[in-house]
Amino acid sequence: MNTAVKTLKRGDDDLIIDNVPYRSRLLVGTGKYRSFEETQRAIEASGAEIVTLAVRRSNIGQNKNEPNLLDYISPEKYTILPNTAGCYDAESAVRTCRLARELLDNHTLVKLEVLGDQKTLFPDIPATLAAAEILIKEGFRVMVYTNDDPIMAKRFEQMGCVAVMPLAAPIGSGLGIRNPYNIRTIVENAGVPILVDAGVGTASDAAIAMELGCDGVLMNTAIAEAKNPILMASAMKKGIEAGREAYLAGRMPRRAYASASSPIDGTFFS
Amino acid sequence: MEPCLGNLDMLVIINGIETTVADTATIANLIKQLELTGRIAVELNKQIVPRSEFDSRLIKDGDVIEIVHAIGGGQSTYNW
Repeated sequence: MNTAVKTLKRGDDDLIIDNVPYRSRLLVGTGKYRSFEETQRAIEASGAEIVTLAVRRSNIGQNKNEPNLLDYISPEKYTILPNTAGCYDAESAVRTCRLARELLDNHTLVKLEVLGDQKTLFPDIPATLAAAEILIKEGFRVMVYTNDDPIMAKRFEQMGCVAVMPLAAPIGSGLGIRNPYNIRTIVENAGVPILVDAGVGTASDAAIAMELGCDGVLMNTAIAEAKNPILMASAMKKGIEAGREAYLAGRMPRRAYASASSPIDGTFFS
Repeated sequence: MEPCLGNLDMLVIINGIETTVADTATIANLIKQLELTGRIAVELNKQIVPRSEFDSRLIKDGDVIEIVHAIGGGQSTYNW
Protein backbone atom coordinates (compact mmCIF):
# COMPACT_ATOMS: atom_id res chain seq x y z
CA MET A 1 0.00 0.00 0.00
CA ASN A 2 1.26 3.39 -0.91
CA THR A 3 1.54 5.35 2.28
CA ALA A 4 3.56 8.17 0.77
CA VAL A 5 0.40 10.01 -0.15
CA LYS A 6 -1.67 9.96 2.96
CA THR A 7 -4.65 12.17 3.32
CA LEU A 8 -6.01 13.05 6.70
CA LYS A 9 -9.01 10.96 7.55
CA ARG A 10 -11.62 11.92 10.05
CA GLY A 11 -10.76 10.40 13.38
CA ASP A 12 -7.00 10.43 12.65
CA ASP A 13 -6.52 13.82 14.17
CA ASP A 14 -9.03 14.41 16.91
CA LEU A 15 -8.99 17.31 19.29
CA ILE A 16 -8.80 15.84 22.78
CA ILE A 17 -10.17 17.94 25.62
CA ASP A 18 -10.31 16.42 29.08
CA ASN A 19 -9.88 12.94 27.56
CA VAL A 20 -12.82 13.34 25.19
CA PRO A 21 -12.09 13.26 21.45
CA TYR A 22 -13.74 15.73 19.07
CA ARG A 23 -13.50 15.65 15.32
CA SER A 24 -14.11 19.35 14.89
CA ARG A 25 -11.55 21.89 16.01
CA LEU A 26 -14.03 24.73 15.72
CA LEU A 27 -15.98 25.70 18.82
CA VAL A 28 -18.83 28.14 18.43
CA GLY A 29 -20.90 30.44 20.56
CA THR A 30 -24.64 30.91 20.33
CA GLY A 31 -24.94 34.65 20.98
CA LYS A 32 -25.94 37.52 18.67
CA TYR A 33 -27.96 35.45 16.20
CA ARG A 34 -31.28 36.72 14.88
CA SER A 35 -33.19 33.62 15.95
CA PHE A 36 -32.72 30.18 17.43
CA GLU A 37 -33.38 28.72 13.97
CA GLU A 38 -30.48 30.70 12.55
CA THR A 39 -28.28 29.66 15.50
CA GLN A 40 -29.12 26.04 14.85
CA ARG A 41 -28.42 26.23 11.11
CA ALA A 42 -25.13 28.10 11.57
CA ILE A 43 -23.89 25.58 14.12
CA GLU A 44 -24.88 22.75 11.80
CA ALA A 45 -22.92 24.38 8.95
CA SER A 46 -19.88 24.98 11.17
CA GLY A 47 -19.59 21.30 12.02
CA ALA A 48 -18.83 22.30 15.61
CA GLU A 49 -19.34 19.74 18.33
CA ILE A 50 -18.68 22.01 21.30
CA VAL A 51 -21.13 24.86 21.67
CA THR A 52 -21.01 27.62 24.27
CA LEU A 53 -23.98 29.18 25.96
CA ALA A 54 -24.60 31.67 28.74
CA VAL A 55 -26.63 31.47 31.93
CA ARG A 56 -29.05 34.28 32.68
CA ARG A 57 -31.98 35.14 34.93
CA SER A 58 -35.28 33.72 33.75
CA ASN A 59 -37.94 36.31 33.03
CA ILE A 60 -40.36 36.44 35.91
CA GLY A 61 -43.96 37.00 34.92
CA GLN A 62 -43.39 37.56 31.23
CA ASN A 63 -42.66 35.54 28.08
CA LYS A 64 -43.84 32.43 29.85
CA ASN A 65 -43.65 30.17 26.86
CA GLU A 66 -40.47 31.63 25.48
CA PRO A 67 -38.56 29.05 23.43
CA ASN A 68 -35.53 27.62 25.16
CA LEU A 69 -32.12 27.54 23.51
CA LEU A 70 -31.59 23.99 24.74
CA ASP A 71 -34.57 22.90 22.64
CA TYR A 72 -32.57 23.95 19.59
CA ILE A 73 -29.07 23.03 20.70
CA SER A 74 -29.57 19.65 22.28
CA PRO A 75 -27.13 18.53 25.00
CA GLU A 76 -27.55 15.04 23.57
CA LYS A 77 -26.15 16.15 20.22
CA TYR A 78 -23.57 18.74 21.28
CA THR A 79 -21.11 19.13 24.10
CA ILE A 80 -22.46 22.18 25.86
CA LEU A 81 -19.89 24.58 27.21
CA PRO A 82 -21.50 27.02 29.63
CA ASN A 83 -19.53 30.22 29.94
CA THR A 84 -19.18 32.90 32.58
CA ALA A 85 -19.53 35.76 30.10
CA GLY A 86 -20.50 38.99 31.78
CA CYS A 87 -18.78 38.15 35.07
CA TYR A 88 -16.45 40.83 36.41
CA ASP A 89 -15.45 39.11 39.64
CA ALA A 90 -14.47 35.63 40.75
CA GLU A 91 -17.55 35.05 42.90
CA SER A 92 -20.03 35.71 40.06
CA ALA A 93 -18.08 33.40 37.79
CA VAL A 94 -18.04 30.60 40.37
CA ARG A 95 -21.77 31.00 41.08
CA THR A 96 -22.49 30.96 37.34
CA CYS A 97 -20.61 27.69 36.93
CA ARG A 98 -22.42 26.10 39.85
CA LEU A 99 -25.78 27.12 38.38
CA ALA A 100 -24.72 25.79 34.98
CA ARG A 101 -23.71 22.48 36.50
CA GLU A 102 -27.15 22.19 38.08
CA LEU A 103 -28.87 23.35 34.90
CA LEU A 104 -27.07 20.77 32.79
CA ASP A 105 -27.35 17.77 35.12
CA ASN A 106 -23.94 17.68 36.73
CA HIS A 107 -22.05 18.85 33.68
CA THR A 108 -18.59 19.99 34.77
CA LEU A 109 -16.90 21.30 31.61
CA VAL A 110 -17.04 25.11 31.73
CA LYS A 111 -15.53 28.07 29.98
CA LEU A 112 -14.22 30.48 32.59
CA GLU A 113 -13.85 34.13 31.77
CA VAL A 114 -13.61 36.92 34.31
CA LEU A 115 -13.52 40.28 32.65
CA GLY A 116 -11.63 43.40 33.60
CA ASP A 117 -13.74 46.13 32.05
CA GLN A 118 -16.58 46.63 29.62
CA LYS A 119 -14.64 48.63 27.08
CA THR A 120 -11.91 46.10 26.32
CA LEU A 121 -13.40 42.90 27.76
CA PHE A 122 -9.84 41.91 28.51
CA PRO A 123 -9.58 39.27 31.24
CA ASP A 124 -8.97 40.18 34.88
CA ILE A 125 -6.17 37.72 35.46
CA PRO A 126 -5.97 37.75 39.29
CA ALA A 127 -9.75 37.24 39.47
CA THR A 128 -9.58 34.52 36.81
CA LEU A 129 -6.88 32.71 38.82
CA ALA A 130 -8.97 32.96 42.00
CA ALA A 131 -12.07 31.60 40.26
CA ALA A 132 -10.15 28.81 38.52
CA GLU A 133 -8.70 27.67 41.81
CA ILE A 134 -12.12 27.37 43.45
CA LEU A 135 -13.72 25.73 40.41
CA ILE A 136 -10.97 23.13 40.02
CA LYS A 137 -11.22 22.32 43.72
CA GLU A 138 -14.98 21.80 43.27
CA GLY A 139 -14.42 19.34 40.45
CA PHE A 140 -15.07 21.57 37.46
CA ARG A 141 -13.15 20.98 34.24
CA VAL A 142 -12.04 24.47 33.37
CA MET A 143 -11.30 25.87 29.92
CA VAL A 144 -9.94 29.30 30.66
CA TYR A 145 -10.03 32.53 28.68
CA THR A 146 -6.84 34.52 29.13
CA ASN A 147 -4.49 37.03 27.55
CA ASP A 148 -1.94 35.99 24.94
CA ASP A 149 0.60 35.78 27.74
CA PRO A 150 2.79 32.63 27.71
CA ILE A 151 3.57 32.88 31.43
CA MET A 152 -0.10 33.03 32.43
CA ALA A 153 -1.03 30.29 29.96
CA LYS A 154 1.50 27.99 31.64
CA ARG A 155 0.26 28.97 35.10
CA PHE A 156 -3.33 28.06 34.20
CA GLU A 157 -2.13 24.75 32.81
CA GLN A 158 -0.12 23.97 35.93
CA MET A 159 -3.03 24.69 38.24
CA GLY A 160 -5.13 22.13 36.40
CA CYS A 161 -7.14 23.88 33.67
CA VAL A 162 -8.02 21.37 30.93
CA ALA A 163 -7.55 23.89 28.12
CA VAL A 164 -6.11 27.37 27.86
CA MET A 165 -7.75 29.85 25.53
CA PRO A 166 -5.77 32.98 24.78
CA LEU A 167 -7.46 35.83 22.96
CA ALA A 168 -6.34 36.70 19.43
CA ALA A 169 -7.73 40.22 19.76
CA PRO A 170 -10.46 41.78 21.92
CA ILE A 171 -13.77 39.89 22.09
CA GLY A 172 -16.06 40.82 19.23
CA SER A 173 -13.40 42.98 17.54
CA GLY A 174 -12.76 40.75 14.52
CA LEU A 175 -9.20 42.08 14.35
CA GLY A 176 -7.60 38.66 13.83
CA ILE A 177 -4.42 37.32 15.43
CA ARG A 178 -2.67 40.44 16.71
CA ASN A 179 0.26 38.68 18.30
CA PRO A 180 1.10 35.50 16.42
CA TYR A 181 4.50 35.18 18.10
CA ASN A 182 2.96 35.00 21.55
CA ILE A 183 0.35 32.51 20.38
CA ARG A 184 3.09 30.34 18.91
CA THR A 185 5.13 30.55 22.12
CA ILE A 186 2.08 29.53 24.15
CA VAL A 187 1.45 26.57 21.82
CA GLU A 188 5.08 25.45 21.88
CA ASN A 189 5.20 25.35 25.68
CA ALA A 190 1.76 23.85 26.23
CA GLY A 191 0.83 20.50 27.72
CA VAL A 192 -2.92 21.08 27.34
CA PRO A 193 -4.93 22.12 24.29
CA ILE A 194 -4.52 25.77 23.32
CA LEU A 195 -7.52 27.33 21.63
CA VAL A 196 -7.69 30.83 20.29
CA ASP A 197 -10.73 32.41 21.86
CA ALA A 198 -11.95 35.78 20.67
CA GLY A 199 -10.87 38.21 17.99
CA VAL A 200 -11.21 36.10 14.86
CA GLY A 201 -12.89 38.06 12.06
CA THR A 202 -12.90 35.84 9.01
CA ALA A 203 -11.86 32.42 7.73
CA SER A 204 -8.22 33.34 7.07
CA ASP A 205 -7.84 34.41 10.71
CA ALA A 206 -9.04 30.99 11.79
CA ALA A 207 -6.63 29.33 9.35
CA ILE A 208 -3.72 31.41 10.71
CA ALA A 209 -4.54 30.36 14.27
CA MET A 210 -4.45 26.74 13.19
CA GLU A 211 -1.26 27.18 11.14
CA LEU A 212 0.38 28.53 14.29
CA GLY A 213 -0.35 25.15 15.85
CA CYS A 214 -3.37 25.97 17.95
CA ASP A 215 -5.54 22.99 18.80
CA GLY A 216 -8.74 24.80 17.98
CA VAL A 217 -10.56 28.10 17.76
CA LEU A 218 -13.60 29.34 19.62
CA MET A 219 -15.64 32.04 17.93
CA ASN A 220 -19.06 33.60 17.96
CA THR A 221 -19.30 37.11 16.54
CA ALA A 222 -17.37 36.37 13.34
CA ILE A 223 -20.11 33.96 12.34
CA ALA A 224 -23.16 35.56 13.96
CA GLU A 225 -22.44 39.06 12.64
CA ALA A 226 -21.52 37.99 9.10
CA LYS A 227 -24.04 39.11 6.48
CA ASN A 228 -24.69 35.45 5.83
CA PRO A 229 -23.92 33.59 9.06
CA ILE A 230 -24.64 30.14 7.63
CA LEU A 231 -22.18 30.62 4.78
CA MET A 232 -19.58 32.09 7.12
CA ALA A 233 -19.99 29.12 9.43
CA SER A 234 -19.16 26.86 6.50
CA ALA A 235 -16.19 29.08 5.55
CA MET A 236 -14.86 28.90 9.12
CA LYS A 237 -15.10 25.13 9.09
CA LYS A 238 -12.96 25.03 5.96
CA GLY A 239 -10.54 27.66 7.27
CA ILE A 240 -9.97 25.60 10.41
CA GLU A 241 -9.46 22.42 8.42
CA ALA A 242 -7.15 24.07 5.90
CA GLY A 243 -5.06 25.67 8.63
CA ARG A 244 -4.81 22.40 10.55
CA GLU A 245 -3.71 20.43 7.50
CA ALA A 246 -1.18 23.10 6.57
CA TYR A 247 0.23 22.98 10.09
CA LEU A 248 0.55 19.20 10.00
CA ALA A 249 1.98 19.28 6.48
CA GLY A 250 4.72 21.69 7.59
CA ARG A 251 5.15 24.79 5.53
CA MET A 252 8.14 25.49 3.26
CA PRO A 253 10.81 27.82 4.60
CA ARG A 254 10.52 31.52 3.92
CA ARG A 255 13.25 32.89 1.61
CA ALA A 256 14.24 36.42 0.80
CA TYR A 257 14.68 35.67 -2.93
CA ALA A 258 13.13 33.57 -5.64
CA SER A 259 13.74 29.87 -6.04
CA ALA A 260 12.83 28.43 -9.44
CA SER A 261 10.35 25.58 -9.48
CA SER A 262 11.42 24.20 -12.87
CA PRO A 263 14.88 22.63 -13.34
CA ILE A 264 17.44 24.82 -15.05
CA ASP A 265 19.49 21.87 -16.38
CA GLY A 266 18.68 20.71 -19.89
CA THR A 267 17.15 23.87 -21.20
CA PHE A 268 17.57 23.97 -25.06
CA PHE A 269 18.16 27.68 -25.14
CA SER A 270 21.12 29.23 -23.53
CA MET B 1 -53.17 41.24 70.34
CA GLU B 2 -53.64 37.86 68.73
CA PRO B 3 -50.48 36.40 67.32
CA CYS B 4 -50.78 35.78 63.60
CA LEU B 5 -50.31 32.15 62.73
CA GLY B 6 -49.98 30.70 59.26
CA ASN B 7 -50.60 32.06 55.80
CA LEU B 8 -48.44 35.09 56.36
CA ASP B 9 -47.01 36.56 53.24
CA MET B 10 -43.26 36.87 53.03
CA LEU B 11 -41.19 39.26 51.06
CA VAL B 12 -38.41 37.63 49.06
CA ILE B 13 -36.22 38.85 46.23
CA ILE B 14 -36.44 36.77 43.07
CA ASN B 15 -34.06 37.70 40.26
CA GLY B 16 -33.69 41.12 41.80
CA ILE B 17 -37.44 41.75 42.08
CA GLU B 18 -39.25 41.94 45.43
CA THR B 19 -42.00 39.34 45.36
CA THR B 20 -44.61 38.22 47.88
CA VAL B 21 -44.98 34.50 48.54
CA ALA B 22 -47.00 32.48 51.04
CA ASP B 23 -45.08 31.59 54.18
CA THR B 24 -45.26 27.87 53.63
CA ALA B 25 -43.95 28.03 50.08
CA THR B 26 -41.32 25.63 48.82
CA ILE B 27 -39.11 26.22 45.80
CA ALA B 28 -41.43 23.93 43.82
CA ASN B 29 -44.47 26.04 44.85
CA LEU B 30 -42.64 29.16 43.75
CA ILE B 31 -41.73 27.75 40.34
CA LYS B 32 -45.37 26.80 39.86
CA GLN B 33 -46.59 30.21 41.01
CA LEU B 34 -44.26 31.90 38.51
CA GLU B 35 -45.38 29.47 35.79
CA LEU B 36 -41.79 28.70 34.88
CA THR B 37 -41.35 25.77 32.55
CA GLY B 38 -38.36 24.18 30.91
CA ARG B 39 -34.87 23.70 32.20
CA ILE B 40 -33.97 26.04 35.05
CA ALA B 41 -31.55 26.14 37.97
CA VAL B 42 -32.14 27.78 41.33
CA GLU B 43 -29.86 29.50 43.79
CA LEU B 44 -31.10 30.34 47.31
CA ASN B 45 -28.99 32.86 49.23
CA LYS B 46 -26.05 32.11 46.92
CA GLN B 47 -26.33 28.34 47.47
CA ILE B 48 -27.48 25.95 44.74
CA VAL B 49 -30.76 24.19 45.42
CA PRO B 50 -30.58 20.80 43.69
CA ARG B 51 -33.65 19.92 41.63
CA SER B 52 -34.27 16.97 43.95
CA GLU B 53 -34.83 19.42 46.84
CA PHE B 54 -37.31 21.74 45.10
CA ASP B 55 -40.25 20.03 46.81
CA SER B 56 -38.82 20.07 50.31
CA ARG B 57 -36.89 23.33 50.54
CA LEU B 58 -38.93 26.02 52.32
CA ILE B 59 -38.53 29.68 51.53
CA LYS B 60 -37.96 32.10 54.41
CA ASP B 61 -38.75 35.79 54.70
CA GLY B 62 -35.98 37.87 53.17
CA ASP B 63 -34.53 35.06 51.05
CA VAL B 64 -32.70 36.04 47.90
CA ILE B 65 -33.47 33.67 45.06
CA GLU B 66 -31.97 33.48 41.59
CA ILE B 67 -33.68 31.45 38.88
CA VAL B 68 -31.68 31.02 35.65
CA HIS B 69 -31.82 29.31 32.31
CA ALA B 70 -29.55 28.92 29.28
CA ILE B 71 -29.37 31.61 26.62
CA GLY B 72 -27.26 32.21 23.54
CA GLY B 73 -23.74 33.32 24.32
CA GLY B 74 -20.23 32.92 23.11
CA GLN B 75 -17.67 35.18 24.43
CA SER B 76 -19.02 38.09 26.39
CA THR B 77 -21.37 40.39 24.63
CA TYR B 78 -21.86 44.01 25.47
CA ASN B 79 -25.57 43.95 24.95
CA TRP B 80 -27.07 41.39 27.29
